[in-house]
Amino acid sequence: MELTLEQKAILDGERGETLAKVMKTLVMYGEAFDASKMVPVTSDYNHLVTSFGLGVMDPVYELMDTLLKEGVSSSQKFTVDPRPLDPNVPTGFLQNLVFKRFMYNKQDFYEKQLQRLGLLEKDAFTCTCYMSEVGNKPNYGEVLSWSESSAVVYANSVLGARCNRNSGIIDIMGSIVGYVPYFGLLTDEGRKADWIIRIETSKKPEAQLLGSAIGMKVMEDVPYVIGLDKWLGNELNEEACTYLKDFGAATASNGAVGLYHIDGLTPEAKKLGKSLIKENAKEYVITDKTLQEVYDSYPIIWKDKEAKPKLCFMGCPHMSLQQLKDWTDVIEENLNRYGHPQVLIPTVFTAAPAVLKEFKKTEYYPRLEKTGIILSYICPLMYMNNPLCAKMPVITSSNKLRTYTTSRYYTDEEIVMQLCKGGR
Amino acid sequence: MKEFKGRVVTPGTCSTEAVVTHQGFNTLASLQKALQFGDKTAKVNDQNNPDLFGKPIAGKALCLPQTIGSTTGGLVLYCACKMDRNPRCMLFGNRIDSLACAGAVLASVWSDAKMPVIDELGEEFLAYVKDGMKVTVREDGTVTVE
Repeated sequence: MELTLEQKAILDGERGETLAKVMKTLVMYGEAFDASKMVPVTSDYNHLVTSFGLGVMDPVYELMDTLLKEGVSSSQKFTVDPRPLDPNVPTGFLQNLVFKRFMYNKQDFYEKQLQRLGLLEKDAFTCTCYMSEVGNKPNYGEVLSWSESSAVVYANSVLGARCNRNSGIIDIMGSIVGYVPYFGLLTDEGRKADWIIRIETSKKPEAQLLGSAIGMKVMEDVPYVIGLDKWLGNELNEEACTYLKDFGAATASNGAVGLYHIDGLTPEAKKLGKSLIKENAKEYVITDKTLQEVYDSYPIIWKDKEAKPKLCFMGCPHMSLQQLKDWTDVIEENLNRYGHPQVLIPTVFTAAPAVLKEFKKTEYYPRLEKTGIILSYICPLMYMNNPLCAKMPVITSSNKLRTYTTSRYYTDEEIVMQLCKGGR
Repeated sequence: MKEFKGRVVTPGTCSTEAVVTHQGFNTLASLQKALQFGDKTAKVNDQNNPDLFGKPIAGKALCLPQTIGSTTGGLVLYCACKMDRNPRCMLFGNRIDSLACAGAVLASVWSDAKMPVIDELGEEFLAYVKDGMKVTVREDGTVTVE
């Protein structure tokens, strides 16, 4: 890899041993992908994935401590993934004990560490940092050192920024030196599509199911999706962006997609069209049958497959303001239809603290409260990942949550039925 | 016995037993439980991976096409290495992905763990190697399976 004089000086230790190790990490990382050079990080803010003070992640906190002690930090402020705990979310006595005493006993410590490292503000904890209310929304063409698979795929695909699927720790290291290795999704060639996906469904496909099908098929390749604009239109309005948020998170978690193009909709597809498709691109046609087969393939690992759900999580990734409003309408309407005053299963809607703050100013908030639904900024994934919660029958329409936990996936429509009518 | 030649991502030598997955290895889904709850054998907890679910991978030669899933992947692998719950080596059929690479590099630069990582061993490697076979990794990226 060709380094500038400044980059080489850092690598040679002229600005300290710790910064040299940070640079060495990035150079080794880049060289594994034949990166030709390092390029400047140009976004205003960074986004980190590690938000949780898990007691067993000591090696991470030790590393962060080393950076702080050596004065090796970034001038770039950052947002970070959601907190793993929220007192608003129902927990039993035992769960509380396990969460606070054993699992997340480093949470307070780690949050202080994050503040010293450059947290944008004390509540900047969300996986949807790109929401306008949160304010970490990169511009077209900007180079990022982000992690969080759902945020990276959104930034690349919907916003047209440039970011590799960086891991936690690598994210902050790129920001500290101010450069990231130039390879993969940072390059024009790396943003070309390896797959053509043709959507031939009879109705608008469920975002989370479609994303899952594509993710599992293309893995880390770039798909160019044809026929989805028929359902989403040709403008990146609130509805389309929300759909793509959920779709992208499913492609990234059920596979390893870091960028997708939607014909006639996403910025690069609009600008460059089918010239983005590689010559020998493979093809995958998605019909109603394909989606049903994908749905049927999900393993149900509840002990009692017929158990009554004890909890429902919606919002992984975190919901948008519009999504909170739309769901308020849908839940209210269906509770009225089926004659129930409140939802039949304890339900948590999750969103960024800044989005929740805005939502609470709207007339929808008291209406949603009346339905019995709980609002939270929690990370459902972090809540679920322990033996106590793993035994609980939890339902969700998030394919990311399904992938990482024992929660069971249902379509949005099925969730509405379970919450408002009972049964599927 | 068969020999395969791959590309060295992080160097080292070892000889150990293979565990094989033919689908992407979801690092977070696979290892989070083992790291959180003190399982030194690192039994894989990814319900979506029938090749590996329930099998211990600490100290084994993990043979895989690539890793998938959350971008915590690299730091989870780094933690596994620091806590001595990592595979003895990782052998990729494909080119390594960015998350696994991050984990391998972080472990190499910031810990004393010696986990050789070899990629681009090819589809034939993954078709040939089976659970329990003896795998020997040499410094130059040559992998012998017997």
